Amino acid sequence: MNMMTRHGAALKVENCGKTFADGTCALARATLDIAQSETLVLLGPSGCGKTTLLRIVAGLETPDSGGRVLFDGKDLTRQPIEKRNVGMVFQSYALFPNMSVADNIGYGLKLRGLPKTERAARVAELVALTNLGGLEDRRIDQLSGGQRQRVALARAVAIRPSVLLLDEPLTALDAALRERLRGELNDLLRKLGITAIYVTHDQAEAMELGDRIVVMRKGAIAQVGTPREIYFTPANRFVAEFVGAANIIEAPIESGELVLPGGRVPVSGRDAMSRAVAMVRPETIMLADAATAGLAGTVDSVRFAGDRQRIIVRDAASVPLAVDAPNTVNVSAGERVGLSIPPAAIRLLPEED
Amino acid sequence: MSHKSFVWICLLPLAAVTAAFFVLPMARLLVTGAEGPRGLAEYLAILAEPRYRATLLNTVLLAAANTIATLIVATIAGLFLQRHRFPGRAVLVAILTFPLAFPGVVIGFMIILLAGRQGLIGDVSSRLVGDKIVFAYSIYGLFLGYLYFSIPRVILTIMAAAQKLDPSLEEAARSLGAGSWAVLRDVVLPALAPALVASGAIAFATAMGAFGTAFTLATNIDVLPMLIYTEFTLAGNLATSAALSVGLGVMTWLILALARSFTGNSVAAAG
Repeated sequence: MNMMTRHGAALKVENCGKTFADGTCALARATLDIAQSETLVLLGPSGCGKTTLLRIVAGLETPDSGGRVLFDGKDLTRQPIEKRNVGMVFQSYALFPNMSVADNIGYGLKLRGLPKTERAARVAELVALTNLGGLEDRRIDQLSGGQRQRVALARAVAIRPSVLLLDEPLTALDAALRERLRGELNDLLRKLGITAIYVTHDQAEAMELGDRIVVMRKGAIAQVGTPREIYFTPANRFVAEFVGAANIIEAPIESGELVLPGGRVPVSGRDAMSRAVAMVRPETIMLADAATAGLAGTVDSVRFAGDRQRIIVRDAASVPLAVDAPNTVNVSAGERVGLSIPPAAIRLLPEED
Repeated sequence: MSHKSFVWICLLPLAAVTAAFFVLPMARLLVTGAEGPRGLAEYLAILAEPRYRATLLNTVLLAAANTIATLIVATIAGLFLQRHRFPGRAVLVAILTFPLAFPGVVIGFMIILLAGRQGLIGDVSSRLVGDKIVFAYSIYGLFLGYLYFSIPRVILTIMAAAQKLDPSLEEAARSLGAGSWAVLRDVVLPALAPALVASGAIAFATAMGAFGTAFTLATNIDVLPMLIYTEFTLAGNLATSAALSVGLGVMTWLILALARSFTGNSVAAAG
């Protein structure tokens, strides 16, 4: 098997925007570099332009003039999708209902004029890789959702594409299956080592699958970074709130401390500011003794989630604070609790919007 | 009264109407067909008699040619209309489906206006090449009339089927390297197959039995409905026309049944 010898192309999206005929701007001009064999996730709410960007890379949409799409340095902007050698996995899977599983997987190879024996060998290789053994002759309507998703992936990978493009491939599945397939998909992408662009609105999916994440909002890129960068050092309030849970606290700063209704919390850096928008993740706040802690509040509600519990504390900050506590801690509504927040866990965000 | 007997009583009017206007006349037709001088052999005449056989063949060929031409024209037009939005589209669809409102006589009249002795085509051709082209009163005029008749029905069916087609199916095929023809062959036509078969069968049945248009154009066109009419009114040959009617009915029904069973299978295959 020579699957590991090809890792797809390095991609460059240069100055690509998309304005539709009626004047709506679906995507502001964006530039992105995608390294060979990197998995890049486009993350954002619906209507943020992530699918438009994917379709521009695929060749299903042409960018506004001036925009260019380069595969390994070669300008393919004017090439339609059928000339680009891209593998695509759709949300609906888009499997051909008039063909068997094997014929679906082998369709791209057939179009390329690959001799029958080679085609069969390649299809067998992919059937093994995607655990579809024994289902080769099934019709598509005889497959489960997870199996369909794997056939779609095998079909896209069969042609040894320059880039694998996945448009919300797990959205159509139920939650439990989605989580399992997310793991399988991750393993498969690592095994294939192929350049991939993955579109999703699910931040957990983005974190697990992405080498880098592009967070998008209203047709523009809000931040590009590794999952850790996006999570720990969000560039702005939107990214902080969209990726994971976040407490956003607006408060004045006095002598290096956030001044809150329930006490004071030291922050590191940027002493010069007089007011700040600060982000604190729920899991970084620790419960402490109410009498001695610098910050205190009243427990508003406790939501037990099994592996942990989310405690909502009021009166500590201007907004109720979400605190993730271990599942062994015993607190109840109305109780006074102290909170301790390490200075490193407080991320000051630029004031905007 | 039990629920079951209530249902049966409710079905009684339907049973009465069916018996009075469908079963009884059909039975009478069957009996009449066998009451001629030749007896039951009358039913074989449609195949044995050279003139009848030629007419039957003519009719089937005309209906088949009409079906194929309709499917080609209507599939292209239906796909185009479904996929493109342009000013005047709604008006165009309305015009294209307008013939649905016309009876066969009006269609025949329109064909005469187009290709008859005083028709538009004859007018233009006599001015251009000095030769008056007239084909309204022949089988070609009838072909054109049936085409006009069938296209709207098929276009509407194709448009409805094309609307349900998942656009990502075509995009998936293209991403795998399929050009326009390959997409049409491997994705669009297989998906439209049930609609094509169903609407093609209707077009075929219509062309087999349509009488008004043929009668308006000429009384001597060799198609089965015209033959039945002349046998009945001119020759007064009740038994033969009854037998021919049964033959026409059975033939058309067979083809519709065949088409339906095929559609059933392909619908199941398409999931």
